Amino acid sequence: MTLGRVVGTVVATRKDPRLEGHKLLLVKPVTPDGKEESGYLVAVDTVSAGFRELVITVSGSSARMAEGCKDKPVDCVIVGIVDGVSLDEAG
Amino acid sequence: MLIARVVGDLTATQKHPSHEGRKILLVQPLNLDGTDRGAPLVALDSVNAGIHDRVLVTTDGYAAFTAVGHKLAPIDAAVIGIIDHVELAGPASGEAAAPAAAPAAGKKQPKKRQPQNG
Amino acid sequence: MQLGRVIGRVWASAKNPGLETRRLLVVQPIRPDLTPTGKPLICTDCTGAGAGEIIYWVRGREASFPFLPDEVASDATIVGIVDEIHLGKKQEPAC
Repeated sequence: MTLGRVVGTVVATRKDPRLEGHKLLLVKPVTPDGKEESGYLVAVDTVSAGFRELVITVSGSSARMAEGCKDKPVDCVIVGIVDGVSLDEAG
Repeated sequence: MLIARVVGDLTATQKHPSHEGRKILLVQPLNLDGTDRGAPLVALDSVNAGIHDRVLVTTDGYAAFTAVGHKLAPIDAAVIGIIDHVELAGPASGEAAAPAAAPAAGKKQPKKRQPQNG
Repeated sequence: MQLGRVIGRVWASAKNPGLETRRLLVVQPIRPDLTPTGKPLICTDCTGAGAGEIIYWVRGREASFPFLPDEVASDATIVGIVDEIHLGKKQEPAC
C-alpha cells in the first residue's frame, strides 16, 4: 500500500458498467514524510475521500478485495483516509 | 521464474503458520551473465537448497504457495529447483528473446515440477 | 517476500471496512546487509511487529491471505519478524 494525496477527480460517462456509481480520483503518490513523488494514479474511492486529503491506496489484484470492488475491473483503490503518520527517527 | 543464488537464510520465531517447517532463504536474482540483478528476495524453500546454490525461484504467488504445499498462504516467492546447468544459445545477435528462453530448456531438475500441477 | 524495517505507523480512522482494526505500519525495504533499498510502503501486519524491527513482508494478492476468511484489501503484509540473518561468504561468480 502507498500513501497519496488526492489532487483531482476523473469523470467518465462511458465506462465499464461495473464501474458505474464509483468515484474515480486522481492521486499523487506521497512518501511517508510527506514529499510528493512523480507520477499519479487513478483510484476508485471507497471511503469518500476529499480534495487534498492524504489517503492510503491499494493496488494490483488485492484492490478487488476491498468492499464494494469485488469482481470489478479495478486495480487501484483508496481504502483509508490518513489521520497521522508517525516515523521512527532512528529508522 | 528467476535464476538466483542462495546468499543466506534467516530465522523467524514469530511468523505466519504457513511458513513453519520450511527454510527461509535469501536469494539474489541473477542476470544471465551471473551478475546480481536487483535486491535479494526472501523465498521459502521447497527443494532443500543450500547456501551458494544456484536455484530456480518463482515469484508468482500461486506457484509459490502450491510449491510449499499450502493453499492460499501468504507466500509470494519460493525456491522450486536447484539448477545444475544453464545452456545459452549461441551468439544470436539482435535476438533478444533467444537467450532468455534458452536456460529453461537447459535445466535438468526433476524436483521443480511440483508447482505446475495445481 | 522481501526484507524490511518497520520505520513508522499510519493512523486512519476512515477505512474500507475490511481494514478496520488492522494496524498499518510504514516499512522501508532493506537488503540483507540492512541498507535501505527502494521506497517505503504501508503494510498490514499479522505478526505483531513493532517500530525498528526487521521483518519480511509479502506483496500482491497473497498479502490478503493471512486474514481469510475476512476480505482485507491489502497488497503488502508483514508475515514474519526476523530473529537472525545468516549470510554466506561472497563467492566469485562461477558463470
